[in-house]
Amino acid sequence: MALWLTTLRRKHNELLLSVPALLWLVIFFIAPALLIIVISVMTRGSGGNPELPFTLDHYQRTFGVFSTVLQRSVWIAFLTTFICLLVGYPLALFIRTRQNPSMRRFALFLIILPFWTNFLVRTYAWQMLLGREGIINNFMLSLGLITEPLQLLNTEFAVLLGLVYGFLPFMVLPIYASVERFDFRYVEAAQDLGANYWHTFWRVMLPMTLPGVLAGCVLVFIPAIGAFVTPDLLGGRDGFMIGNLIQSQFRGTGNLPLGAAVSVVMLSLVIVPLFAYIRSGGEK
Amino acid sequence: MSEVKVRLRNVVKEFPARRGDKPVRAVDNISLDIYDGEFFAMLGPSGCGKTTTLRMIAGFEQPSSGEILIDGEPMQGVPAYHRPVNTVFQDYALFPHMTIFQNVMFGLEMARVDKKEARDRAMSALEMVRLPHIAQRKPRELSGGQQQRVALARALVKQPSVLLLDEPLGALDLKLRREMQLELKTMQQELGITFVFVTHDQEEAMTMANRIAVMDGGHVLQVGRSDEIYETPANRFVADFIGETNFLSGQLVAHSNKSGTVRLDNETLIQALLSHQDVVDSGEVVVAIRPERIMLRAYDEVIESTDNLNIINGQVRQVYYIGTDTRYIVRIGNDIDLTVRVQNTEYQKSLAFREMQTVKVLWDTTNARILTD
Ligand SMILES: Nc1ncnc2c1ncn2[C@@H]1O[C@H](COP(=O)(O)OP(=O)(O)OP(=O)(O)O)[C@@H](O)[C@H]1O
Ligand SMILES: [Mg+2]
Repeated sequence: MALWLTTLRRKHNELLLSVPALLWLVIFFIAPALLIIVISVMTRGSGGNPELPFTLDHYQRTFGVFSTVLQRSVWIAFLTTFICLLVGYPLALFIRTRQNPSMRRFALFLIILPFWTNFLVRTYAWQMLLGREGIINNFMLSLGLITEPLQLLNTEFAVLLGLVYGFLPFMVLPIYASVERFDFRYVEAAQDLGANYWHTFWRVMLPMTLPGVLAGCVLVFIPAIGAFVTPDLLGGRDGFMIGNLIQSQFRGTGNLPLGAAVSVVMLSLVIVPLFAYIRSGGEK
Repeated sequence: MSEVKVRLRNVVKEFPARRGDKPVRAVDNISLDIYDGEFFAMLGPSGCGKTTTLRMIAGFEQPSSGEILIDGEPMQGVPAYHRPVNTVFQDYALFPHMTIFQNVMFGLEMARVDKKEARDRAMSALEMVRLPHIAQRKPRELSGGQQQRVALARALVKQPSVLLLDEPLGALDLKLRREMQLELKTMQQELGITFVFVTHDQEEAMTMANRIAVMDGGHVLQVGRSDEIYETPANRFVADFIGETNFLSGQLVAHSNKSGTVRLDNETLIQALLSHQDVVDSGEVVVAIRPERIMLRAYDEVIESTDNLNIINGQVRQVYYIGTDTRYIVRIGNDIDLTVRVQNTEYQKSLAFREMQTVKVLWDTTNARILTD
């Protein structure tokens, strides 16, 4: 009887305790998302504001005229994630395998160091590096490696560079956390059973550090696909991404419903990998 | 026994100095021959270099100097994954993300064994350790003893030339440990694979091994069959580490080729065998006598004295009845106590001697050995 009462009270408490979290979710996530969805199916009125009647025009345009932007965004976000993974995993492993613990701490500190400067400022710095008269071009010209300045800025390459640079820590840190917990005796066990370095990595080390890899990929892919500062400052017209499209619709005399429709599409692009990630985590 | 399987020649392993410390000589000039088909145990206290030696054979550490040969082949520069040895790790190191079956298959896949043959071999390896029914489980769903068996199956399925086992039973409770000892021994005899077994449990080593290497401080002190090591320990450390021993210190006052006379600290003279010719050079010696080799007699009993018999007087101080035998602590002089074990047989069930009783303490000279301190 007493047990039944305490269970009841505990259930009750759990409900009560989850109220702030639920409230938070509703106010800051569900309500705005619903609002965006509703706006996205309304007509563009004067000054770009939404009006009735409901229409699916904006979705048609999103998948029609703007499909190149969509594709480019997905492609760039994918490449960014892939390159971050390719650089980030070895980097995390390298840091982990340093014998000296203070060396490890220092390396991690270096990884986080860029966060101490504003992202916008750092992106402007890339502009100065990559420009026609920028540091890189001037340097190569002075060495005689090139006779004419290269077009580095305002390319897809520049966007990719900027995104990889900006999001690499989001890849390195979760992978490091996984590799940190990884017990290197499993490497010995694998080698004892005849696995060379390649097999040891693919069959033992990677599967056991996969949670970190997945977390890193999600943490890079999601902000990368929605990026607008980097493509704006480094990409010019060639690096125009969804983020820029949305931003331009919401600013000045844009097209609010169109911006909302693009946002909804982007949101679904983000939610797919996110759910895949949560599902994979649920299995563990 | 037949040919040499593993040969260590003057192997040294020195770990570089950590901040402020001196470099550690974990293994200091070890030479060993381990024969084909042998169950070989490396026995010694914690930190004596057993694991390091095993890891050098497996290829996880490189010797600082010296040479290791397996099947006559020098192992210098041969990576762990190319050596014909497999290891059963102390904590098993089963891959947690694979099922038991996948764990056992792993080594076969690495060796590119044909799929079907690999499956058959993996299954029969699991049958050998009597666990075919858990093939689809994950390691964390197994008990310690089961994990231990899977680790064994995973290593043996590769049919290694030598199996290395680093305290594989350390994490098991006593009963399971005893069972596994017998099981391992049986398995080794049936398969005929050379086992190199590391333990710090002397009873375990003696139960299972054909030969034992007793180690301390990076050195091998003695190699031999269990009875050799028990009966003729090379020095005080070995005598102390293997089984229970009484040590009586004194001075060597006279000696022949084989035996000597030692004056104990309380002036008693006793006879004992020389363990080694070198002991005659050292004045200070210890005499080692096993507790079960000492006999007690009533003080007034008439004993026929022979050449080889030591007879001295003593007083029973403490009596411990422990079932199979009774343990007496007998004082034979100022501050010199002997432990004596008397087996409780059909004819001597009761406690024959009481505390404070005066007794005669007897032992045969051949059961006392003079060692250097
Ligand atoms: N990687 C290493 N770096 C530095 N010193 C080491 C290293 N590995 C072992 N040692 C030292 O070498 C010595 C022997 O270690 P080892 O692990 O071989 O002992 P062991 O006989 O296996 O002991 P235990 O019974 O406790 O397992 C110890 O003093 C240990 O501290
Ligand atoms: Mg050890």
